[in-house]
Amino acid sequence: MNKNILLCGVGGQGTVLASKLIASAAMRSNEIVHSAETIGMAQRGGSVTSHVRIGANASSPLIPYGSADFILAFEPAEAVRNLNYLKKDGIVIVNSVPVKPVTESLRSTGYDGTEMIEYLRKKCKTVIVVNAEEICREIGSTKIFNVAILGVAIGTGKMGLSKENIISEIETRVKESFREINLRAFEKGEQIGAKYEIK
Amino acid sequence: MNKEYVMGNSAIALGALAAGVNLVSGYPGTPSSEIIETIQKYRKDEVYLEWSVNEKAALEVAAGAAYAGARTMVTMKQVGLNVASDPLMSLAYVGVKGGMVIVSADDPGPISSQTEQDTRLFAEFAGIPVFDPTSPEEAYQMIQDAFDYSEKYNTPVLFRPTTRVCHAYASVEFDDNFHAKKYDGFVKDSKKWVIFPRLSYNNHINMVKRNALIGDDFSEYIMNTVEGSGKKAVFASGVSYAYAKEYLQGREDVTLVKIATPHPFPEKLVLPVLENCSEVLCFEELSPYVEKQIQRIAGVHNLSVKVFGKTTGNGKLAGENSADYAAELISEFLNEKLPDKFDISDMPDLPVRPPVLCAGCPHRASFYAVKKAMEGRKTYFCGDIGCYTLGNAAPLDMTDTCLCMGAGITMAQGFNHIDRDAVAFSFTGDSTFFASGITGVVNAVYNQADMILCILDNSTTAMTGHQPHPGTGRTMMGDIVEKIDITKVLEGIGLKKIITVNPFDQTKAIEAVRECADIPGVKAIIFKAPCIALFKPAERAYISEKCVQCKKCIKEIGCPAIIITDGKVAVDNALCTGCGLCSQVCPVKAIGGV
Ligand SMILES: Cc1ncc(C[n+]2csc(CCOP(=O)(O)OP(=O)(O)O)c2C)c(N)n1
Ligand code: SF4
Repeated sequence: MNKNILLCGVGGQGTVLASKLIASAAMRSNEIVHSAETIGMAQRGGSVTSHVRIGANASSPLIPYGSADFILAFEPAEAVRNLNYLKKDGIVIVNSVPVKPVTESLRSTGYDGTEMIEYLRKKCKTVIVVNAEEICREIGSTKIFNVAILGVAIGTGKMGLSKENIISEIETRVKESFREINLRAFEKGEQIGAKYEIK
Repeated sequence: MNKEYVMGNSAIALGALAAGVNLVSGYPGTPSSEIIETIQKYRKDEVYLEWSVNEKAALEVAAGAAYAGARTMVTMKQVGLNVASDPLMSLAYVGVKGGMVIVSADDPGPISSQTEQDTRLFAEFAGIPVFDPTSPEEAYQMIQDAFDYSEKYNTPVLFRPTTRVCHAYASVEFDDNFHAKKYDGFVKDSKKWVIFPRLSYNNHINMVKRNALIGDDFSEYIMNTVEGSGKKAVFASGVSYAYAKEYLQGREDVTLVKIATPHPFPEKLVLPVLENCSEVLCFEELSPYVEKQIQRIAGVHNLSVKVFGKTTGNGKLAGENSADYAAELISEFLNEKLPDKFDISDMPDLPVRPPVLCAGCPHRASFYAVKKAMEGRKTYFCGDIGCYTLGNAAPLDMTDTCLCMGAGITMAQGFNHIDRDAVAFSFTGDSTFFASGITGVVNAVYNQADMILCILDNSTTAMTGHQPHPGTGRTMMGDIVEKIDITKVLEGIGLKKIITVNPFDQTKAIEAVRECADIPGVKAIIFKAPCIALFKPAERAYISEKCVQCKKCIKEIGCPAIIITDGKVAVDNALCTGCGLCSQVCPVKAIGGV
């Protein structure tokens, strides 16, 4: 299997855990995995990405433009910012709730994410829009969206990763007190993803 | 053997442990910090580990142990090597007995650094070997080789991964049955270990001769490779090799050369390649180091090969390479066409996201207090390096200068000596204070500066990932030791006015600043409150119906947890920590809950 998955968002949204879960789940099926994370200054509210590369074709840690099978975007503008990584027929899963930068509150440019979602819909074959606020409210925690969006991706059936392996990874990597709630978030995401028929 | 999905920095740490390292020291700095954190996780009792007070101290601690035959590793980010350069330059002349590897992580981009300096040039400057890994897997093996070469030639060696190796993850197979090396101890010999002009003269000659031998040795080192054949050759080093390899995957018609040891250059390996080539493209990050070596060899041997790279406009002058940039440059070099890319030239304007202080960060409150207290007065705000550098951003706008670690304290003195009418401030984090602030305070007291020293004490080294430091009382050996008290240090230096205040108590904090501004000499205000990453209070702020939508809270403090939803001021519950700063700023007391 060869798959490139790009996760993007804003520092503090939990992209790193999601990318670790994907990578280690793939390793459970004996795949070769590489990934690259943003660590450092940008973690304080800047744009962050995780590149996850599964399979023997990847020799470098960064996904080349036009080669991502999936973009998992935790924030609408970040999906657009990284869109040139997407394959022509790649899948975008995006959270519709924007993170407004402090500078935006000061200047009020009116950024609310809708324009980004429209643009994604115009450019890409498959865009799955999910609302993190709704999911979090339903599950009862603001910190589980990273696992939920992963569930959506698995639910599409196009990730090439087994659900059981992801669940085992959640069980080993997430602290016991948060395990149950994360598993529920994952299931919820999976149900959403399963609704999409992707050719 | 064990196999785990680990970060490049962890691979380096595991490799060092497998090589039997006895002592590891370092100072935090992105992208190097996780090396020491991994050693802490896996080390056995026989390995000594410390976060040193700064890089110079770290290198000297390791040198002492290496004189005694122990294997030692020192870790730092590239600018740390500037701090450690004094001992490094001399150590290169004296040499070591046990293997000593200095890991200096470069940061093309730069992604989290002040400079884009190239450690390979430092290796040449100091006259010692340097290793340049291309991936986490390779780094695991290469650091072990680095120890062997260091011992073989009795010289410290540099090891310079870059951010994309340090922070890349890969499945690495490693030996978890490691044991620290047995060493026979220090043998006194002042002719060998005491540096003097005569010794330096002799050793200088030896170093030059020895480096030529190492260059020959490196020509046979398995990590320096030549793949494929053809009249066109791509030379790459570090992670750029991985990018080039990805473009050239499976091709035999192009020569791909990997330079794993840029200094001393593996000339014997490279010369036959150059003799058979008509054109060479050098693909590397930071300085055109390999390129200049190739130009030199081509010149010395009078070869007709054409050399392309940064110096000919075929490469970036700054910033990092990528798989895409490799494709762009190499396809042009080979006259090939690239497949079409996703065209996003019509994308909407994207919000810019400069990094900001966390919601609830005590630094925000400290800056705000100084700002309020100094309204209407002429001031110099000399910042420094740490999370608090982010105090430069609007709306706080409280950092006029930032140069390098420790410089805030001394630069404020410079401003004070040429402009006595203004109030000169320095802002220094607690880790930075211990690393390189203390000598600056001594300088200020001795030379009679008038300044206010603001110590932003959040009980951690936050920016680099919350490492302990001398003020925290925790060591990397797991001991709880007496905390070094910043107030006592300042008293010892002779400061007469030292005020400690909680920045979230704005009234007291503002008062403290005003009081200090009107006394001559060196005064200190220690703003003490923990980084919110260390402790999270449970309350959240809420905006009551009293809010008049003046948006003063947003305009004044720029906290990411205060947002505008449907045109109204609101609190982002996922971010708010209930620090209460906004409630003290609100003119109509509309913010409650804290
Ligand atoms: C010479 C040098 N070494 C290391 C670093 C990496 N570095 C950046 S900020 C920092 C220290 C930050 O700690 P502190 O001063 O306590 O401020 P905080 O981030 O906690 O606010 C370090 C070590 C550097 N920039 N320069
Ligand atoms: S990590 Fe700590 S010191 Fe750094 S911005 Fe956040 S709260 Fe402030």
